[in-house]
Amino acid sequence: MTLLDVQDLTITLATAEGPARAVRDLSFSLERGETLGIVGESGCGKSMTALALMSLLPERSNTEGKILLESEDLLRFSEKDLCNIRGNRMAMIFQEPMTSLNPVHTIGHQVMEPLRLHKGLDKDAAHAEALRLLDRVGIPNPKARIRNYPHQLSGGQRQRVMIALALSCGPDILIADEPTTALDVTIQDQILELIQNLVSEDGMALILISHDLGVISENTDKVLVMYGGSAVETGRTDKIFGELTHPYTLGLFAAMPKLGMGRNARLATIPGVVPDLMNLPAGCTFFDRCPLASDHCRDASPPVHVLNPDHAVACHNIDDARGKKSEELYL
Amino acid sequence: MTDYSVEEPVLIVEDLVRHYRLPKESLFAEHRYVYALNGVSFEIKKGKSFGVVGESGCGKSTLARNVMALEDTDGGSVRILGEEVVGLSFEQLRPLRQHFQMVFQDPYGSLDPHLNVDRIVAEPLAALGPLTSAERDERVREVLESVGLKSGDISKYPHEFSGGQRQRIAIARALITHPELIVADEPVSALDVSVQAQVLNLLKDLQESFGVTYMFISHDLAVVEYLCDEVAVMYLGEIVEKGRTEDLFANPAHPYTRILLDAVPQPGAAKKRDRIKLAGNVTGQTEIRAGCAFQDRCPMVKNVCRSEKPPLVAVEEEHLAACHFSADVRAKNKPAAG
Ligand SMILES: Nc1ncnc2c1ncn2[C@@H]1O[C@H](COP(=O)(O)OP(=O)(O)OP(=O)(O)O)[C@@H](O)[C@H]1O
Ligand SMILES: Nc1ncnc2c1ncn2[C@@H]1O[C@H](COP(=O)(O)OP(=O)(O)OP(=O)(O)O)[C@@H](O)[C@H]1O
Ligand SMILES: [Mg+2]
Ligand SMILES: [Mg+2]
Repeated sequence: MTLLDVQDLTITLATAEGPARAVRDLSFSLERGETLGIVGESGCGKSMTALALMSLLPERSNTEGKILLESEDLLRFSEKDLCNIRGNRMAMIFQEPMTSLNPVHTIGHQVMEPLRLHKGLDKDAAHAEALRLLDRVGIPNPKARIRNYPHQLSGGQRQRVMIALALSCGPDILIADEPTTALDVTIQDQILELIQNLVSEDGMALILISHDLGVISENTDKVLVMYGGSAVETGRTDKIFGELTHPYTLGLFAAMPKLGMGRNARLATIPGVVPDLMNLPAGCTFFDRCPLASDHCRDASPPVHVLNPDHAVACHNIDDARGKKSEELYL
Repeated sequence: MTDYSVEEPVLIVEDLVRHYRLPKESLFAEHRYVYALNGVSFEIKKGKSFGVVGESGCGKSTLARNVMALEDTDGGSVRILGEEVVGLSFEQLRPLRQHFQMVFQDPYGSLDPHLNVDRIVAEPLAALGPLTSAERDERVREVLESVGLKSGDISKYPHEFSGGQRQRIAIARALITHPELIVADEPVSALDVSVQAQVLNLLKDLQESFGVTYMFISHDLAVVEYLCDEVAVMYLGEIVEKGRTEDLFANPAHPYTRILLDAVPQPGAAKKRDRIKLAGNVTGQTEIRAGCAFQDRCPMVKNVCRSEKPPLVAVEEEHLAACHFSADVRAKNKPAAG
């Protein structure tokens, strides 16, 4: 049975100016021991998708579609059942560690709480387990640090406390929203390896949201590239990186600083800004920024082309896009 | 403001020290300290960018906060545009603040949730003295546009934005007074690469047109290479290597720098490359130890490293490293490609 099956997820947020369509008709699935990477423009709905899976969206929002966890639709669950699932089966590493850690409790208290609540450990056992977890995520000197409040830790240390918290109950699905952005590359490496071990040994499923194409490429089996709230390119990681196809994906690659490019080169950018979620265009959401856009891109939403069983792209001008190099499209 | 010639560095940091006191482990225990900064010195010339990289928790944000005179310093000196800022009171600092601005690492925590974007971004303008409301609105509009936000966003509140959008609000606030010196703590790490490219290009353009000086903290070595003239590598509260970016990246002289450069993930069609891994655990910063800061994790550690602290010395022109065996590290570097 598929562990997680998301079908036609659509999220609408109520704002002062009207409904904002943050995510539209997004579908993906995840098996045990599998990792899915999500990349995309800032503001394209990655965190909203993650929050929807955890049923933690802002109050004034509306979710449609299905989120099936082993065939049971989470959107039909009561808050009490959801609470149980959040503690035990699904865990999330939030994008902003400072807002999700409680400033008035020590980090020890915060890591111990779910251990006592969900795992039923007594105080001493929870304390010992908390020390072990903090050590595993690389908090130096955990015995001294367990009494620290979040503001006494560096940005990356807070992020690691969040990771310890998320891993504390051995979830079936871990959703990691930019889990390593505040970490240097060596500690990032260590954390990703820790998470990878949980995936390969315990069969945990992982959703990894990251801006870092290198991290995505090295740590995922499948990738979902999002733009303006919907998927533009999906498939197996090696297939996608082997043949980047959607003009937006190509733009991402062109804009990425690469070690060794030096200071005199100028980074390519994708001209224009993200679409207004209040007035999304009728056709392709990338239409006004796309170097390959033609008239019908504006009016009709793009068809999904299946290039091979492990690689699909939503684009009207697929023949043009295929075989283009990122530096040919963006200067 | 004292007059300064073009040659005079905009920022001179000398032997900066910061130790945080930790809560007691029990009633009768001694207080312990986190030795976050242990004598850091560097300077940045006008119109240049100085990158700071290093292990998470090594003291980069602490350095930034102390340079910006945002907390009490335990020793050393910070001169901005020739003026000593260590020891100045809040009131004395206020008129100087328009010349140096900071972009904080945690964009959400540094944005007041009760203010809308318009008020958040315009706030530093108060230090400039009276402006007409038309002038004020024009500057807000201009700066928001330069970081890629829409003018319609000014009436929204921080929680209505995504992580990367909040980061851009924080950058806009730092830019609005056209400061001489901007200290930016991980300013682009929450941005996707296409917005990151816009912001990096903007920072470069501002430098070209107005001669802005940057101290730039980042985990992303490719970003540092793109933006910074000089870079310092920190480890446990000290600078362990410093030099012109191209020299340091092409031919590092400290084993930690070498390992950092090797650990950068590469987007390609493969999973997991082999590379040198750091040995051991992250060293605690709660004791002062003899020898090299990197001894616990260094793949080439020798006895002398545990007893004698390597000084920060020149390995080539304008390139310093603190390692007893920097010559060995450099001998092993592959010849630079291309
Ligand atoms: N509470 C809210 N009310 C209204 N709009 C919101 C709210 N929270 C987020 N949004 C909008 O929803 C869109 C999607 O946000 P989301 O946080 O999912 O982006 P993201 O893809 O995670 O971006 P980032 O990479 O910058 O974190 C954004 O355009 C954002 O401005
Ligand atoms: N208020 C405080 N009280 C006690 N310790 C502190 C305090 N602020 C920072 N520290 C400690 O000082 C050290 C340096 O922290 P700092 O925030 O400067 O690290 P950093 O290099 O910016 O790390 P990161 O890359 O993770 O942001 C860390 O070990 C941190 O836990
Ligand atoms: Mg997000
Ligand atoms: Mg920091």
